Amino acid sequence: MKITTELVDYISELSRLSLPEEEKAAMTAQLERIVGYMDVLNRLDTAGVEPMSHVFPLVNVLREDEVIPSQDRAELLAGAPAPDPEAFLVPRAVE
Amino acid sequence: MNELRTLTALELGAAIRRGDVSIPEVTVLALNAAESAPHNAFITLAGAEAMRRAEELQKGLGDASSPLYGVPMAIKDNICTRGIRTSCASKILGDFRPPYEAAASAKLAAAGALSVGKTNMDEFAMGSTTETSFYGPVKNPWDLSRAPGGSSGGSAAAVASRTCWYALGSDTGGSIRQPASYCGVTGVKPTYGTVSRYGLIAYASSLDQIGPLARDAADCAAVLDVIQGRDPRDGTSLDGRYGHLLEGLTGDVRGLKIGLPVDCFGDGLDGEVRRAVLAVADVLKSRGAEVVELPFPVMEYVVPTYYIIAAAEASSNLSRFDGVKYGWRAEGYDGLTDLYNKTRTQGFGMEVKRRILLGTFVLSSGYYDAYYRKALQVKAVIKEAFDRAFESCDLLLTPVAPATAPRLGESLSDPLKMYLSDVYTVSVNLAGLPGLSMPCGFDLSGLPIGAQLIGPHFGEGRLLNAAHAFQLDTDYHKRAPKGGITA
Repeated sequence: MKITTELVDYISELSRLSLPEEEKAAMTAQLERIVGYMDVLNRLDTAGVEPMSHVFPLVNVLREDEVIPSQDRAELLAGAPAPDPEAFLVPRAVE
Repeated sequence: MNELRTLTALELGAAIRRGDVSIPEVTVLALNAAESAPHNAFITLAGAEAMRRAEELQKGLGDASSPLYGVPMAIKDNICTRGIRTSCASKILGDFRPPYEAAASAKLAAAGALSVGKTNMDEFAMGSTTETSFYGPVKNPWDLSRAPGGSSGGSAAAVASRTCWYALGSDTGGSIRQPASYCGVTGVKPTYGTVSRYGLIAYASSLDQIGPLARDAADCAAVLDVIQGRDPRDGTSLDGRYGHLLEGLTGDVRGLKIGLPVDCFGDGLDGEVRRAVLAVADVLKSRGAEVVELPFPVMEYVVPTYYIIAAAEASSNLSRFDGVKYGWRAEGYDGLTDLYNKTRTQGFGMEVKRRILLGTFVLSSGYYDAYYRKALQVKAVIKEAFDRAFESCDLLLTPVAPATAPRLGESLSDPLKMYLSDVYTVSVNLAGLPGLSMPCGFDLSGLPIGAQLIGPHFGEGRLLNAAHAFQLDTDYHKRAPKGGITA
């Protein structure tokens, strides 16, 4: 599988990363090698094998609906790069 | 005082309860050792908190019931500790001080554990050498020019250098077992779900598991006895059906069937490592265990399957680091998208960006079926191969890594080569099994060699007992690196 600069640009955009040009060239080459290696999986016939996400078949893990205190808002906001007393501050996102 | 550093955690705990030594005394010993050690094993030393805690624990000694009460330990820096900086060895978390405590460290604290600080690691646990840390690489206590392994390299180095008596690590594809092997300590990756992941900063959630790194199997058993158990805050957690591990360490392995997967001893394995690992089988045989060879014909698929699944989950898990809710934010952005882009591009290191991009690729439209879905199918095949192996044996014995610790600087230039060194450990995470790494020899350069024992789900008792039996007859786990106890 050929990894092109355009493909790296596309997945970078999806990942919210913008690699500088010199990083991008190295990353493209490395990803091509890594993805090329992953193609060994095609040697294994998996027709009819059900994809397995978790090894234990846990479904609908429920707990009692108990009221427990939430985290303290001020304490949570204290760790943010730009908080005000009630919210996280970000640049205007909707005009 | 320095002979105290040669004790195991359980021996030190007993000395504390007898009153031979006080908790503040051993805490000072650990903090001094951590400050003077050249290994860069810690990102944050919490000296003042540790001393306060030591005084408090000493006062409560009369009521102490845990065998680990008052024993100084350390916590990997991806495990949230309330009020104590937790960086994941990344620039992007900045000065993050979690407003809550992880379940595993909270349980240990309730049993009287005393943390001296947070250990260095690969950034977001992504790496096999602890060289991807934003805070600089960790040096292997056995040879300062070597890597300690990764990603729990700081935890392994802190235990190997006899700085603290045990440490918590996390293992997604070998991150406890492989550094334990390179540093000559014992480490356990428990059965998936038996230790709560609440408060563990997620890398690949279907594979991540917290576990101990310690001086020997008995210490690991004591730590697991405390941290196991279902937690409603972790929906994947299960009842640890392997309680009272420490009591189960009899050293009796008569009739135990140990499987040697022949495909794990083939090409690419260093000859000295092969000999040392096979010698483990001989020791266990001399104690009455049976050894059988068996096929394990999926080895060539385990690394690509692991890296596809781990990267896919990482790309999703790490989307939460956006410069808004916690941690660090870049400067000079123009609008919200640019804030995300600049913060993430400047805040993540190269290996993390590589895995985010790889994960985004394998999940993206057009490639999902060929890579991600395919990997989930191969995962089922790998799990089946283990199921078949455990039909004819009780435990598997394999190497932990193809060779001993690499030189610092050798791995970063060739990520694929680094990934391939995980070949013996990643399948255990894919199948959710428990795995243990223990020292089983030294190569001609004096570097530790590790052997891996793999058990069926909830087979921790069997694993630890076999390791304990081996450690009753050998002294590799008792050997310390030179500078380790002379400081």
